[in-house]
Amino acid sequence: MGLVLLIVIWLITFVSSYFFLAKTWWLPTGASAAAAGIDHHFATTYAVMGIVFVAAQVTLGLFAWKYRDGGSSSPARYSHGNNRLELIWTMLTAVLFIGLTLMSGSIWASERFRPAEPGAVQVEVTGMQFAWYFRYPGPDGKFGATKPELIDPTGGGESAVGLDTTDPASKDDVVAGTMYVPVNREVELILRAHDVIHSFFVPAMRFKQDAVPGLAIHMHFTPIATGDYDIFCAELCGLGHYRMHGMLKVVSQEEYDKWLAAREAEKQ
Amino acid sequence: MATREFAAHESHAHAAPQGFIRKWVFSLDHKVIGLQYYFLALTAVFVGMFLSLLMRIHVIWPSVTLPLLGQIKPETYVSLLTMHGTIMVFFVLTTAPQGGFGNYFLPIQIGAADMAFPVINMLSFWVTFLAYLVMLAAFFVTGGAPLHGWTGYPPLSALQSAGPGEGLGADLWVISIALFCVGALMSALNFITTTLDMRAKGMTMMRMPLTCWAWFITAILGLLAFGVLLSAGILLLLDRNAGTSFYVPLVTVNGQLAGHKGGSPLLWQHLFWFFGHPEVYIAILPAMGLCSQLLSVFSRKPIFGYKAMVYAMLSIGLLGFMVWGHHMFMSGMSPYSAFAFSIMTMAIGVPSAIKTFNWLGTLWGSRIRFASPMLFAIGFVSLFVSGGISGPFLAQPTLDIPLHDTAFVTGHFHLIMGVASIFGIFAATYYWFPKMFGRMMNETLARVHFWFTFVGTYCIFMPMHYLGMAGQPRRYSQFTEFHYFDHLIPLNTFMTYAAFVTIAAQFIFVLNLFWSMKAGKKASDNPWEATTLEWTTATPPPHDNFGGHTPVVYNGPYEYSVPGAPSDHVMQTDPTIVAAH
Repeated sequence: MGLVLLIVIWLITFVSSYFFLAKTWWLPTGASAAAAGIDHHFATTYAVMGIVFVAAQVTLGLFAWKYRDGGSSSPARYSHGNNRLELIWTMLTAVLFIGLTLMSGSIWASERFRPAEPGAVQVEVTGMQFAWYFRYPGPDGKFGATKPELIDPTGGGESAVGLDTTDPASKDDVVAGTMYVPVNREVELILRAHDVIHSFFVPAMRFKQDAVPGLAIHMHFTPIATGDYDIFCAELCGLGHYRMHGMLKVVSQEEYDKWLAAREAEKQ
Repeated sequence: MATREFAAHESHAHAAPQGFIRKWVFSLDHKVIGLQYYFLALTAVFVGMFLSLLMRIHVIWPSVTLPLLGQIKPETYVSLLTMHGTIMVFFVLTTAPQGGFGNYFLPIQIGAADMAFPVINMLSFWVTFLAYLVMLAAFFVTGGAPLHGWTGYPPLSALQSAGPGEGLGADLWVISIALFCVGALMSALNFITTTLDMRAKGMTMMRMPLTCWAWFITAILGLLAFGVLLSAGILLLLDRNAGTSFYVPLVTVNGQLAGHKGGSPLLWQHLFWFFGHPEVYIAILPAMGLCSQLLSVFSRKPIFGYKAMVYAMLSIGLLGFMVWGHHMFMSGMSPYSAFAFSIMTMAIGVPSAIKTFNWLGTLWGSRIRFASPMLFAIGFVSLFVSGGISGPFLAQPTLDIPLHDTAFVTGHFHLIMGVASIFGIFAATYYWFPKMFGRMMNETLARVHFWFTFVGTYCIFMPMHYLGMAGQPRRYSQFTEFHYFDHLIPLNTFMTYAAFVTIAAQFIFVLNLFWSMKAGKKASDNPWEATTLEWTTATPPPHDNFGGHTPVVYNGPYEYSVPGAPSDHVMQTDPTIVAAH
């Protein structure tokens, strides 16, 4: 029985570790400035915890086999423990775990402790059951007012976010169902939700943030590679949660300007 | 440490009841109440497991038509996951280890005749039972069961218009949880008082089995956590039905103003997780205590670092109340708080690691007897390590950015809070069955059950980590809408097949359980040659547990292989050897 346990525990350990090491299923390729740092810290944590995982499981399997009651082996060791060992492994784990936290702290701080740089591309993201809308302030750089009583999701676009068209600042606001941003420029997001909590999740950008009704949450990220990226909702928001999806199109500055100008032209 | 003369307890010893109703239904006997909790949890775990089976089927074959049930719609899927989570967390993981085995064995293991408050004990069970019925009723009302997840985040959970199931079904869900809290609070008071006041002579705190420590600490957590959830639930009920706005700001659902103003959705998250994180430990601590006990019994060796184990559980209990914010790193909470919660969460990994080291230390130099309770205890350690190892990932807000609310989280908490705790319940069942029913369970069936469950649960839950890393969000009812998930479908399919096999294997357990009650081999009073007090009394124990006499305790709970002792285990009541450690 001890031998079977050893084999099964080791097998589980090595098979699971193989798929981690082979990266058969792994984080999608990162496409934002923050991705490299996050992925690097992920790899560090992964290496440390992976060693602990394998060491603990291998020891468990080994002990199960080695100390099986074979009938003739010596009696069990009469020991109530060892204070020095307790102290050593307590200190070791404490240093290891707190060390990891402090290492990751600097990445977290650089992402979340500072506001977006002045001159960042501003996009207001609004989540509602079950769609994302993206609003751009237009040439005046100001978002026009929105009013809850004007919200009409069936109308799509401007009426879906409840844009108050009587506000002069709203005249040049562009509301889109697909998110366009220029590459290599910081994007400042203003996250809102109309009905329930949603979560704006772009795996490739290593970006996730809940959009909470009643709050306007400011966040930022910098895309560094052009391409199309999936946007998912990561917070359970009702029956259509699984299909609350959007596309993020990262394009060159020229393409972005052209796209925005075309949307402005449509409005006139 | 204070111990009391048993004379003070005799007022608690009540005469054995006559008649079916007093004996088996409205019983005051902690042993019967323990069994009532246990069988409630047993029905609940099968309901919860059936729901998960439907979910796994829907994820792979979204348009399949099932006999009797028809096609599972996306909204049904979300209801299934809500009810699966709620039933499993409350009515299985909180109910069986504490209400079931804690009720049955805490008084016996500390040498008491019953719990401190038998009537309150009976009431806690019946309130829990009522809560269970109310929860099940949510399936059968108009609109069906709620779809706001077991975490019930408002505004989704607060607005009738937010989706099907958010009408009466959601009201029943909140009421059920509030009732459950009432039952759990009464039970917690009872456990704490019993542990502090009812210990037999010589049973100092530091001579208590680690199971008793675990139930005691779990009860303290329950007392502090369930009160908060109860209040939070009442506020949610008011928001839903009385027009208040504790949790709901001005929102529009489908273009309609919802009539609320000024509330904070994050308030619920703080209150919920102030309960919710300690709840994780409420589910796992009894299993930790039990597996510590079993590793010692079946390796014929004292537990390695008894005091360290007690202090580790106490620190887990204390720190458990300071880490709830790690569920909210992406919620819009201050990023500075996230950093603080992250440090506390990493710190709680330390006592968890200490426990693992001590379990391995216990096995080191031992002589392991591989009976089925021991297999599940070793399985528990393996699962605890696997589930625990992903904790430090999620404890760091930096890594929570890609991992939060993905299948990685689902895999993490299922391994550590779900499967590891359930292994504790299985281990406890195989271990204490002879004492409870006077017969042994079939060992061959038990082993078959172990191997299928051990390998099967790994096959279901380990792949969830891969899926989560690849960016698969949790609580998605299907993955065929977008090509992003295409390469993950084979893995999802594999997990569904693994779930079929693992779920089928659970019928072996039920078969063994009921068959052994009738036809199992007769058990002796101490079949495992263990040292704690339940093995000193008759099998099954008499109404007052020790048949009119009162145990006096001389030894610690884990005196195995004592050099020079006549047998390899020294009972706690054995006066001839008083170990001075």
